[in-house]
Amino acid sequence: MVLALLVLAIVAAGLAAPVAVRAFERHRAQRKPRQARRRRELRDLGDPGRERRAEQRARELLRSCVNEEEWAMYRDLGFIRVFGRMTRKAGRDAGSSSAYAYLIYPHKPIVAYVAKTGRLLSEYCVEFPDLTGAISQSRLPDSDDVLAKWMALTGDEERLIRNANMHLPGRQVDPSRVRRDLWRLSEWERQRRGPLKAPRT
Amino acid sequence: MKFLRMKPGHGEVLLTEGDPSVREDEERLVEAFRRQLDEGMWAAVPETESHSGRRQARMVKSYAEIPAEAERVIFFPRAAGG
Repeated sequence: MVLALLVLAIVAAGLAAPVAVRAFERHRAQRKPRQARRRRELRDLGDPGRERRAEQRARELLRSCVNEEEWAMYRDLGFIRVFGRMTRKAGRDAGSSSAYAYLIYPHKPIVAYVAKTGRLLSEYCVEFPDLTGAISQSRLPDSDDVLAKWMALTGDEERLIRNANMHLPGRQVDPSRVRRDLWRLSEWERQRRGPLKAPRT
Repeated sequence: MKFLRMKPGHGEVLLTEGDPSVREDEERLVEAFRRQLDEGMWAAVPETESHSGRRQARMVKSYAEIPAEAERVIFFPRAAGG
């Protein structure tokens, strides 16, 4: 009885073997393109530390270009304030401090406001897309985007503003966030100045 | 003088460097400058304003506009309305 069952099992295995081999080969053939696609996707994703290292390099470049206060502002608050110079150039406000200023955020519109009152004036939507040879990525690291805006604003404010799309405040950047950032900035500046000396009596 | 270029996913990249007072170096710098502008880049020289000490950038549109004392020129993609 046992011998008969053993013979039956061997015969069944012999009959099933070609079918199993064909199924295995079919499965392998189907997996190959999937694996190749997966390998391509992993290669496209690239080195996961690359973005971080790019940002680190960009931060160093930014730090080497802006002044100490602007660097500290970016490091502590995440944005840089640049005072506008167009009115002074035109002579309308000569001799006084800047009437308006900009907040530069990474990959967000530049926000213009009245320096004295904090009243929001406008948003300038501007990008620096690198389209030369770009297939998958044209976006600069955050700190490079900030530096590009800083250079364009301090170097040729008029040209940058001309190239940007101007909108009313609140289109892309939440005005309450900007007001909160302006408050954070004033507090930050107050702390950096240190406690005011009491007048001598 | 160094020519640096901002590059997505990389940070800055050194394009070329050289001494503008050496003829061969200057030719290479002029050629690299022209190529970057042809590719649609803007060029800026970080500098410190002499009277106020304010840090700022000077945008340059030709090689001749680069100040003699400049140590680096940074190329970055031109601005476009977002």
